[in-house]
Amino acid sequence: MRNDVLVEIEDVAFGYGARPVLKGINLTARRGQVVAIMGSSGCGKTTLLRLIGGQIRPGQGTVRVAGESLGELDRAGLYRLRRKMGMLFQFGALFTDISVFDNVAFQLREHTDLPEDAIRDLVLMKLHAVGLRGAVHLMPSELSGGMARRVALARAIALDPMLVMYDEPFAGLDPISLGVTGNLIRRLTDTLGLTSLVVTHDVQESLKIVDYVYFVSEGVIVAEGTADEIRASGLPYVHQFVHGEADGPVPFHYPAPAYAADLGLGAAHA
Amino acid sequence: MNRTVLDLWVGLFVIAGIAALLFLALKVGSMSAVNSSDSYEVVARFDNIGGLKPRAPVKSAGVVVGRVADIRFDNETYEAAVTLRLDKRYAFPKDTTAAIMTSGLLGEQYIGLEAGGDSVKLKDKDRILITQDAVVLENLIGQFLYGKAQEGAPQ
Amino acid sequence: MLKQAIENLGNRTVQGVWRIGFAARFFLATLLHSGTAFRRFGLTIREMYFSGVLSLIIILVSGLFVGMVLGLQGYETLQTYGSEEALGILVALSLVRELGPVVAALLFASRAGSAITAEIGLMKATEQLSAMEMMAVDPIARVVAPRFWAGVVSMPFLAALFSAMGIFGGYLVGVQLIGVDEGSFWSQMQSAVDFEQDILNGVIKSVVFGVAITTIALFEGYDAPPTAEGVSGATTRTVVTSSLAVLALDFVLTAFMFRGIN
Repeated sequence: MRNDVLVEIEDVAFGYGARPVLKGINLTARRGQVVAIMGSSGCGKTTLLRLIGGQIRPGQGTVRVAGESLGELDRAGLYRLRRKMGMLFQFGALFTDISVFDNVAFQLREHTDLPEDAIRDLVLMKLHAVGLRGAVHLMPSELSGGMARRVALARAIALDPMLVMYDEPFAGLDPISLGVTGNLIRRLTDTLGLTSLVVTHDVQESLKIVDYVYFVSEGVIVAEGTADEIRASGLPYVHQFVHGEADGPVPFHYPAPAYAADLGLGAAHA
Repeated sequence: MNRTVLDLWVGLFVIAGIAALLFLALKVGSMSAVNSSDSYEVVARFDNIGGLKPRAPVKSAGVVVGRVADIRFDNETYEAAVTLRLDKRYAFPKDTTAAIMTSGLLGEQYIGLEAGGDSVKLKDKDRILITQDAVVLENLIGQFLYGKAQEGAPQ
Repeated sequence: MLKQAIENLGNRTVQGVWRIGFAARFFLATLLHSGTAFRRFGLTIREMYFSGVLSLIIILVSGLFVGMVLGLQGYETLQTYGSEEALGILVALSLVRELGPVVAALLFASRAGSAITAEIGLMKATEQLSAMEMMAVDPIARVVAPRFWAGVVSMPFLAALFSAMGIFGGYLVGVQLIGVDEGSFWSQMQSAVDFEQDILNGVIKSVVFGVAITTIALFEGYDAPPTAEGVSGATTRTVVTSSLAVLALDFVLTAFMFRGIN
């Protein structure tokens, strides 16, 4: 059972300077699952991904990926582990100076000694998996936002990683691309035997494809459960989030003095 | 840009750069007269070297035969010890004279060698015994005035 | 009010020291991770195209004009002393010792340095550097080091080309246009310009400038805030800082190199 766990985060806290971002997070992702981390903008979801990727180190607690504690790994160990991870950045983060082909081939060329025709076959396979084999010779500037993200996905899975992290994969996509991307995440997870960690605030789209959801708010996990449990959840925060209500536990107004006082009404006229 | 075209341009750039360096080295400048492997050093002592500087040319019959390698003050004899680095191709008799000369009225100072008649040649680390100091303009004027004054005195 | 000002000053000083420390660490990391730049020399060659070859036009044209101006001005001045033949010396020495390395470095800073900063800054802003790190490829080794070495190698070539072009410009104006004797132009030049003292020192200067400019440009790009203003500010800082660094370093190096000779 324990072997089944790929990512394990225990009591992790992190802050930028004096501003705490995460305060005591516990999270588990099992192999073959699509796990979503949801929360409003700026609640530390992306920070969580950077912690799992080892780009930043937690101030407290442990992050374990495939049984290895990231805090104890040296640089070489971290880089070895990262070869087994893929990450899809919010806007793809394709290398803009090289073609789609070279982007997908990047890791293969950096980390393997494969001959060029084998690399070619692998690249075409990965691009085929995301439906963009025809775009192989385009430059990143010639792609639409959705296509760029799919190419980035092909690049992320180039070395057949065991874990793929998605940073806001649904942000800024039209409804068709949205569906395509969602299905792709689910299908790749199932066919390639990956584990997917999806950071998103798109509730409707992600609830269709995920196995398990964590809700993060103000640096702590406020709710967790399967997609159905979340939909049925009675927690006010989750309810507001899932149904997209303007006001609730998360107020519409940024904390401010009383409106009347701010406008100079009241005392002056009294 | 195609990879090979790019390589070609960089290759051209490097060749042009090296050509420019060669142009500077061969056409614009000259190699430091002599390097230590094919040269020998002799020392000459002067009471006054005037404005002689290290790397000043050493000429004989107007031809550059070496350079001043080092200038030192000898605290025992209170003289300037000037090391000359001469080209091995040129050998000078032991009784050669070294004089500090000025090119033109205000030009740079150099050392002129005048060959003697000895059959024994100068070797490495030898000393040139006969030297002639730099002409210092102030002394020259002083002497001239002194001479004039003496001329006038008896009358 | 005064307290605020002192506080600001203190803050900026601390920030400045912090940045210098980070820059030094960055420079060391670049040197330490230079293996890739040499093992896969294609990466460095590619960057030499962008920083070296693309700077050629501006370097060659400026060199020609600077040399031509030197020829004109030098002739005017030397003529009053009746020593026009020394024009070759004047043009060659001022180019090889000072103007070649310094002006080429200033042009390089504004042409290639700013491009490097903008490129690295944008790569950072669009998360390309993070992506590379997540793909277990060290951006310092893969992106920074090849650009560093390309700049360091290109700089002396550019300076030499600038000087050569300038001497040619001086020759055009002095000999072809004004009519200074061609033989004495070249021979006086040759007898006065020494390979070690003048040309080699000029090359050493340009290598030092290359190190300074590329380090500043790469650091500013790497350290740029990932926003549009951040990158544009960093690009400006690259040009300003590296130009000042070139001039200051030039003074120090000149004091070192030409102390012994007239």
